[in-house]
Amino acid sequence: MAARFHLILSAELAEKIGGHGAETFPHECCGALLGRDAEAQNGSGEPPREVLALFPLVNRRDDSPRNRFAVTADDVRDAEKAARQQGLDVVGWYHSHPDHPARPSQFDRDHAWPWYSYVIVSVMAGKPADMTSWRLNDDRQDYTPEAIEVRQSAGA
Amino acid sequence: MAVKVIIPTPLRVYAAKKDSAEVSAATVGEALGSLTTQFAELRKHLFTEEGKLRSFVNVYLNDEDIRYLAKEATPVKDGDVVSIVPSIAGGSSAPTIDSKPRVTSLSNEEILRYSRHLIMPEVGMEGQLKLKNAKVLLIGTGGLGAPLGLYLAAAGVGKLGLVDFDVVDFTNLQRQVTFGTSDVGKHKSEAARQRLSNLNPDIEIQSFETQLTSANALELFKDFDIVVDGTDNFPTRYLVNDACILLGKPNVYGSIFRFEGQVTVFGMPDGPCYRCLYPEPPPPGLVPSCAEGGVLGVLPGIVGSIQAMETIKLILGAGDSLKGRLLLFEALGMKFRELKLRKNPDCPMCGKNRTIHQLIDYYEFCGVRGEEAPAPDLAVPEITPPQLKARLDRGDDLYILDVREPHEYQICNLNGHLIPLGELPRRVHELDSSREIVAHCRSGKRSAEAVDFLRKAGFRKIQNLKGGILAWSDQVDPSVPKY
Repeated sequence: MAARFHLILSAELAEKIGGHGAETFPHECCGALLGRDAEAQNGSGEPPREVLALFPLVNRRDDSPRNRFAVTADDVRDAEKAARQQGLDVVGWYHSHPDHPARPSQFDRDHAWPWYSYVIVSVMAGKPADMTSWRLNDDRQDYTPEAIEVRQSAGA
Repeated sequence: MAVKVIIPTPLRVYAAKKDSAEVSAATVGEALGSLTTQFAELRKHLFTEEGKLRSFVNVYLNDEDIRYLAKEATPVKDGDVVSIVPSIAGGSSAPTIDSKPRVTSLSNEEILRYSRHLIMPEVGMEGQLKLKNAKVLLIGTGGLGAPLGLYLAAAGVGKLGLVDFDVVDFTNLQRQVTFGTSDVGKHKSEAARQRLSNLNPDIEIQSFETQLTSANALELFKDFDIVVDGTDNFPTRYLVNDACILLGKPNVYGSIFRFEGQVTVFGMPDGPCYRCLYPEPPPPGLVPSCAEGGVLGVLPGIVGSIQAMETIKLILGAGDSLKGRLLLFEALGMKFRELKLRKNPDCPMCGKNRTIHQLIDYYEFCGVRGEEAPAPDLAVPEITPPQLKARLDRGDDLYILDVREPHEYQICNLNGHLIPLGELPRRVHELDSSREIVAHCRSGKRSAEAVDFLRKAGFRKIQNLKGGILAWSDQVDPSVPKY
């Protein structure tokens, strides 16, 4: 059965997300996903979302960065400004789970926004591993997984 | 008032894909209410079930965060723009560092002890358990630390840490009401621990008889939830601030000077820190300590009690904290005022681009050398009290210059000529440089400065009374009162 949500990003960006997580290991990294939603297709569910750029951020949770991340309202405004400058939208956020599976936690759910794609990359012993993406359900009770399609860039 | 509400991208799906809405409202709260009436699905994403704004929903009126204005009661006018801006948080479900089991019940004795808390809906069992599970570290057990310790222990804060390396002195008893006369000479942290244990034996009190330094602060703070700054010197203020920001702990700050007090809460997410308020410490010696400037004893009692109140409110999650607000109290006029404190976006500690990532040498930062308080010893010619006594008994013609303040002269004096230190430059012509002058003050510090000043002004026959009138009392005439 086709996933309801579909996120497209290039191999290069996927690697950069993993790389950011490896860089900040054993702390969680975080950043914004910049891109846009495709035009809605007739009757085939949600339009695919393409991530075209990243806006890495500093994890504002100094006190517990191994298992918590935070992005302040000011950071969000900076990310939105950067997106606008590139003609894109902030379509979601990525963060890493050091030595922990790439699944959203209760804490994630209590603090999540709908519509955004939440990409989580698991970083095991400093090496990026599994990457998943999630969207919060309307009733805020759970997440729906979002299929990630990693596209290899052609040539050079 | 007609205002525009900007809808953030993640919520547009619930607002018919619009990026803004025009509403009619008198306050920010009404504007949000109007928006959620228009688009009912927005409500659960903006507000909790209890109707409070979710913590990660930030609202700006034009360019100001409403938390620094009147929150949802902030009035709006025609043409204003209310923006809803997300902040993002999350994390893995891995357990946090503190894995000690949380207390989930109170004994019958505790229920009786705290009954006056429990019968208030704002506290109740849930609130009392929050207090019991809280861990608060008090830096300083002196004037501010006294009411703090007493009221936090009385309230049932489950773990109190007391940091002080000082010893109880007789002059402390005018304001440090945790101590009694029989405690003089004891280590303060231990004497305070005993007093507070007696008040409330059900809580854990740990005394740290140590000086807080850059080497031990982070380790000491990490096991506590909230730090309360009741210290009396600038290097420690900056140290406490920086350690709290690095660890993400709230810092309930209080300070006093003569008849005035200040209280605020630093170290909250998105809130300012001490460096936002005072990026630079004052030059050493400019702001006198209680020993030098004096203080009305009850003043730290009031300010420390307000700090205790703020700490309890933070633990309970009740009321509006003093985050972003500097409460100013002036006792003589009995006036309370408030100043807005904003986070400085360029703050090197808590701003966007932090440049300070570890604790520094705070004594150096504050221009202070050595362990204890201010000015370095000036190298000036000295005479000891016994030597002075001997010369006076011999009938030597000495001019005794007293550089203290008039009210000190009233307490005790050596029949000297009073020219307060601050007036000396203006009144130097009253002195005869052909005469031998001995300058004195209370402890020898101010008079050393006077001698230094006069020597530079050309006086050759001048000496400082070493140890001041305090030493005179100790070594020559014990009937002279010490103060």
